[in-house]
Amino acid sequence: MAYIFNDTQMAEFKRLVARYPEGKQKSALLPVLHLAQESFDGWLPTEALDYVASLLQIEPIEVYEVATFYSMYNLKPVGKYVFEVCQTGPCMISGSDSIIDYIKQVLSIQPGETTKDGLFTLKLVECLGACGYAPMMQVGKIYKEHLTKEKVDAIIAEFRQAANKN
Amino acid sequence: MGVKLLLEKANVPGIRSFEVYRREGGYRSVEKALKEMNPESIVEEVKKSGLRGRGGAGFPTGMKWSFIAKPEGVPRHLVCNADESEPGTFKDRYLMEFLPHLLIEGLIVSSFALGSSDTYIYIRGEYAWIPDILEEAINEAKAAGFLGKNILGTGFDCNIHVQRGGGAYICGEETALIESLEGKRGNPRIKPPFPAIQGLWMRPTVVNNVETLAAIVPIINMGGDEYAKIGVGRSTGTKLISACGNINKPGVYEIDMTISVEEFIYSDEYCGGIKGGKKLKACIPGGSSVPILPANLLLKTAKGETRYMNYESLSDGGFATGSMLGSGGFIVLDEDQCIVKNTLTLARFYRHESCGQCSPCREGTGWMEKILHKIEHGKGSMSDIDLLWDIQRKIEGNTICPLGDAAAWPVAAAIRHFRDEFEWHINNPELSQTSNFGLQNYADPIHVPA
Repeated sequence: MAYIFNDTQMAEFKRLVARYPEGKQKSALLPVLHLAQESFDGWLPTEALDYVASLLQIEPIEVYEVATFYSMYNLKPVGKYVFEVCQTGPCMISGSDSIIDYIKQVLSIQPGETTKDGLFTLKLVECLGACGYAPMMQVGKIYKEHLTKEKVDAIIAEFRQAANKN
Repeated sequence: MGVKLLLEKANVPGIRSFEVYRREGGYRSVEKALKEMNPESIVEEVKKSGLRGRGGAGFPTGMKWSFIAKPEGVPRHLVCNADESEPGTFKDRYLMEFLPHLLIEGLIVSSFALGSSDTYIYIRGEYAWIPDILEEAINEAKAAGFLGKNILGTGFDCNIHVQRGGGAYICGEETALIESLEGKRGNPRIKPPFPAIQGLWMRPTVVNNVETLAAIVPIINMGGDEYAKIGVGRSTGTKLISACGNINKPGVYEIDMTISVEEFIYSDEYCGGIKGGKKLKACIPGGSSVPILPANLLLKTAKGETRYMNYESLSDGGFATGSMLGSGGFIVLDEDQCIVKNTLTLARFYRHESCGQCSPCREGTGWMEKILHKIEHGKGSMSDIDLLWDIQRKIEGNTICPLGDAAAWPVAAAIRHFRDEFEWHINNPELSQTSNFGLQNYADPIHVPA
């Protein structure tokens, strides 16, 4: 695929850069990387990072060092739906281990892997700030909270159905 | 029922919209501050209120504001720290999600006090749906003349911008947050210079937590002196506590800092007691970084006095027998929880989140995780406990930012109060894989109210 923003994405890019003073456009780097990841299949290959560097008129290395520092930027391809399951203390004491085991079992994947149909990736993450609603996971922009095995089944079915419709 | 200053209107239907929020008395503090007060008198009110930073450090807000440099012709900035990432803490998310206008109102008044015409909200990247809520609130406030150019005809211009982070706990540290806002890795800066002198784009900057900025609204409305009458001692006003773990009613609660820890855990108004009728084993009262306390030291101080939910009482006894109010992330552990495993997940968290700048933190957090992993999985030896103690001591105080301390304290406190549980793991490598070290094993039984 070509790593170039379409007109809508370019308009959003311009809106992001306009928040900062003249000459400080590098400040938009994190939001622009989010925009690029959403626009380019959920991950950021080197071509995408180079494209972002050219848009912001900064050196590619300035983009690489940021993209590798923050945990939300995927530098490898991921499935259509990424299950980011929290495993930190408060979720752990509320039963996240059994939820993680269950997801591994029903999707037949290990953390970091994607299902063969390309639909689901399992990622173990650290605290997402939903400790009172544990166990929980993030899928794209949304949080799925108070997870149980039944709820995991329902979430997987829901996404399978959504993927079939597209 | 305690006093509610922040969450009083949280359950009013439609309070997220400008119209309802305004009808309920919202934005009065902006009118008062911009028309009847000046920046200096606002800072004075905040000083009088005794408000302390709600992000975790508890530094007096009015004093922080008074440090901001005002060089001629250099813009100043207010930055709202919404990078809430301390495990156990989810109060700012609640405020932003359900009362976005309260934060925007506090930001306008604070921006006026500090002379910030471009104010930034830096929100953790994972809270991906909240920027839309905040931006809608900003647009509504702008349409009503409370933001933008010449606010309420006073000549004050102010815009608020929302920026998402990329997933990094360290960006909750104010200089790391500034670096991130400049589009860089979140490596904390060496202080001085402090942000009040050289912060965002080397301009004078104040960074405040979401809850701190929301608290400016009641302070302006009621006056600093009245605000200071709520609470006790140097713990003035109200504090949001996010309660989680093995309790009946996890959630966000507003307290006036005069209630006891026992009441907070067991009363139906708050946590509603331990889930499943189990016994309380331990609690991390102020976010994962603060020392864990066994039940007996949590409910009473070492002197045998009742412990209260405020800055002074929770830290009574120092780290030997006390803890901290911190960010208000209140994590409760019941009798079935394993302290070694809990400490391991926290050590893994800090290893994952270390920015890697300072060797003691970069290397030490990894070593602590490895050793705890060994002990948890039945492969530890007695000398590992002393080694853990030694490593955490060498991290604490030896790093640029407080992440090093934050990583060291949970390990130190777990060993300090639960050493026999670590030893049991090491002496029973097989049994510890299938069962937990029960309460009955403690030589000094943990007192639990009947």
